[in-house]
Amino acid sequence: MKAILLDNIEHDLPVAHKDRVLLRWLSTVDHKELGILYLLAALLFFIIGGTEALLMRTQLAVANNHLLGPEAYNQLFTMHGVTMIFFVMMPALLGLTVYLTPLMIGANEMAFPRVNAFSFWMTFFGGLLLYFSFAAGGAPNAGWFNYAPLNQSQYSTSPGINYYAMGLLLGGIGSVTTGINIVVTILKLRVKGMTLKRLPLFVWMALVNGFLIIAALPSLNAALSMLLLDRLLDAHFFNTTSGGSALLWQHLFWMFGHPEVYILILPAFGIYSEVFQVFSQKKIFGYAFVAASSVAIGLLSFGVWAHHMFAAGLGNTMNSFFGASSMLIGIPTGIKIFNWIATMYGGRIRLTTSMLFAVAFLIEFTIGGLTGIAFSIVPIDWQLTDSYYVVAHLHYVILGGSLFGLFSALFYWFPKISGRMLNEKLGKWFFWLFVAGFNLTFFLQHFLGLMGMPRRVYTYQNIPYYTLLNLLSTAGAYLMAAAVMVLLYNIYKTVKGEKIKNKDPWNAFTLEWYADSPPCQKNFENVPVVTSRRPFYDLKNLEKRDVD
Amino acid sequence: MNRLMMKLTIGSEAVFFICLIVSYLFFWKSGNFQQEAAAHLHIKTTGLFTVLLLGSSFTFWRAEKAHSQQNNKGMKGWLIATILLGGIFLAGQGREYYNLINENVWISKSEFGSSFYTLTGFHGLHVFIGLIVLLIVLLLTMNGYLRDKGSTVVSTVGIYWHFVDAVWIFVFTTVYVLPYLL
Repeated sequence: MKAILLDNIEHDLPVAHKDRVLLRWLSTVDHKELGILYLLAALLFFIIGGTEALLMRTQLAVANNHLLGPEAYNQLFTMHGVTMIFFVMMPALLGLTVYLTPLMIGANEMAFPRVNAFSFWMTFFGGLLLYFSFAAGGAPNAGWFNYAPLNQSQYSTSPGINYYAMGLLLGGIGSVTTGINIVVTILKLRVKGMTLKRLPLFVWMALVNGFLIIAALPSLNAALSMLLLDRLLDAHFFNTTSGGSALLWQHLFWMFGHPEVYILILPAFGIYSEVFQVFSQKKIFGYAFVAASSVAIGLLSFGVWAHHMFAAGLGNTMNSFFGASSMLIGIPTGIKIFNWIATMYGGRIRLTTSMLFAVAFLIEFTIGGLTGIAFSIVPIDWQLTDSYYVVAHLHYVILGGSLFGLFSALFYWFPKISGRMLNEKLGKWFFWLFVAGFNLTFFLQHFLGLMGMPRRVYTYQNIPYYTLLNLLSTAGAYLMAAAVMVLLYNIYKTVKGEKIKNKDPWNAFTLEWYADSPPCQKNFENVPVVTSRRPFYDLKNLEKRDVD
Repeated sequence: MNRLMMKLTIGSEAVFFICLIVSYLFFWKSGNFQQEAAAHLHIKTTGLFTVLLLGSSFTFWRAEKAHSQQNNKGMKGWLIATILLGGIFLAGQGREYYNLINENVWISKSEFGSSFYTLTGFHGLHVFIGLIVLLIVLLLTMNGYLRDKGSTVVSTVGIYWHFVDAVWIFVFTTVYVLPYLL
């Protein structure tokens, strides 16, 4: 699969030596090729992480199942979470950012192309290192947030958590360097006339996201360094038996962990902002509000981390503060939802697969947002924490938010990246199968959680409705797997198929479509001076140019 | 572009060190933390090395000046002085570690040991990296590569080096001065 993809993308780019394909992909510093590598790496890990999820759902399909033991199950849910967050969503969203940002701002490259390559390979090798744990005596097994003291040598005796710490440390360093690279690129390499007020919203989100990465990841890196010292040199940071503190790990982890969820959603917000405009053939409603509310989200995201720790017993003052701040952060997100709806209002809407995912996002993400607001009410959190309600909530925001954004982006920018259109009919099959499976799997888990089913437990008793709801949930997971098969087939067929003549199939507004599809190595020979927020629209409608 | 990149980098590094300093303070009240800090740390000796490290910021500032005046010889001299001062600081840290290990203070011995070595160790690592970069700058200067006064190489490295010194002020205050104030 991967080889075929690489091979076919190969034909479209200027190549000096056909026989050095592998060397060229390994040594590339071109932002477009690195973007593609990011996306392919994410696809690889997505298939692995998805398989892990399927194994878990298979285990949970019926009560008292012993297909997998508790040991294997612990490793699976840990690896599923870590893989999906750090080696699927992060690289995919950063890959898209790295691919599109220079094109959207009319630049020929990222600010630091070699740093760009460094970032990718750090992330990729971080993922490989994480998976090497299977060969080294067992994968990490303390959950993706890896709480102390479970993460200590005396409770997790296999070396898995060492690989967790080292793999994420590599990935973390890679992300920080990408974040820096993105911010410098956006601030320094914009084409003439593209002021910050005329930045495409995708790029605005990338900018805020860059700052978030720069400020959030170091906290994780510090915690991981201390964890490694604990495990390898017997330091006392998180080891409660020798005076360490389990709470310190929670604080450091969530000081990173909460901004992280915004790191995963902001680029998706950027994708939706572009997709809604193009497929409604209308300017965004309230450009300044969309941009400014993202800055607000970025700032507020550092003041809400302890809402993950309500059950830790921080006291009423702390709980009330973080409960209130968590409700507050719902506002800027709500503003954006209204902006997108208003953008569609009165527009010429085309329900392509890309647009379908964007519209579905509005509904699914709102459900996830509402359950999130429920969690900021401390007593509700106490009741529901560590139950399937949390699992449902987080999948509604991460899948219904970030993953739908990625799918939307995939269908929207595939012609840009490959010069070929994904099949819309297969795309719609994929969409409906995936959305049906997604809701079947996770909507029911709200009820399981309310009924008291704890997360991260490998099997359950035959309590009324448990088996039924779990079985349906598992069926939904297989439906999603079938949908992904359709997507993979769609990509495979498209990459082998004919190229399109039209470089601008969607009648888009932003500069990346001014470049060829796929863009030549240099991106642009010359870029027109930008005079509005929709530079490519202006070029196509000279007499009806935007004024802003 | 280089300077903006370095400013963002040190912003990120600053958060990293804030986390380490907060973790250090987190254990302040636990076990024999304060007694150990008082018994094993010598503010006067380390204070002396602190002055030398801060002096290296001054010498680097002079090197930057020499660079903007295209005074290659002066630049070389001030760079060597900077490297020497940084090197002496690291040697001082090594000496302190050596004594502490002989006094049976180590990373696995107590919360104090863990947090002290981690915090000062990560700072030392940054000094060490800075010294390597400074050596490269010195080599480039000696080969005449940095004659162009428009080059941002020297001032970019400068941002990093001054940052490493500034971090030490916070680390020194937290680890060595605070016991006297609280």
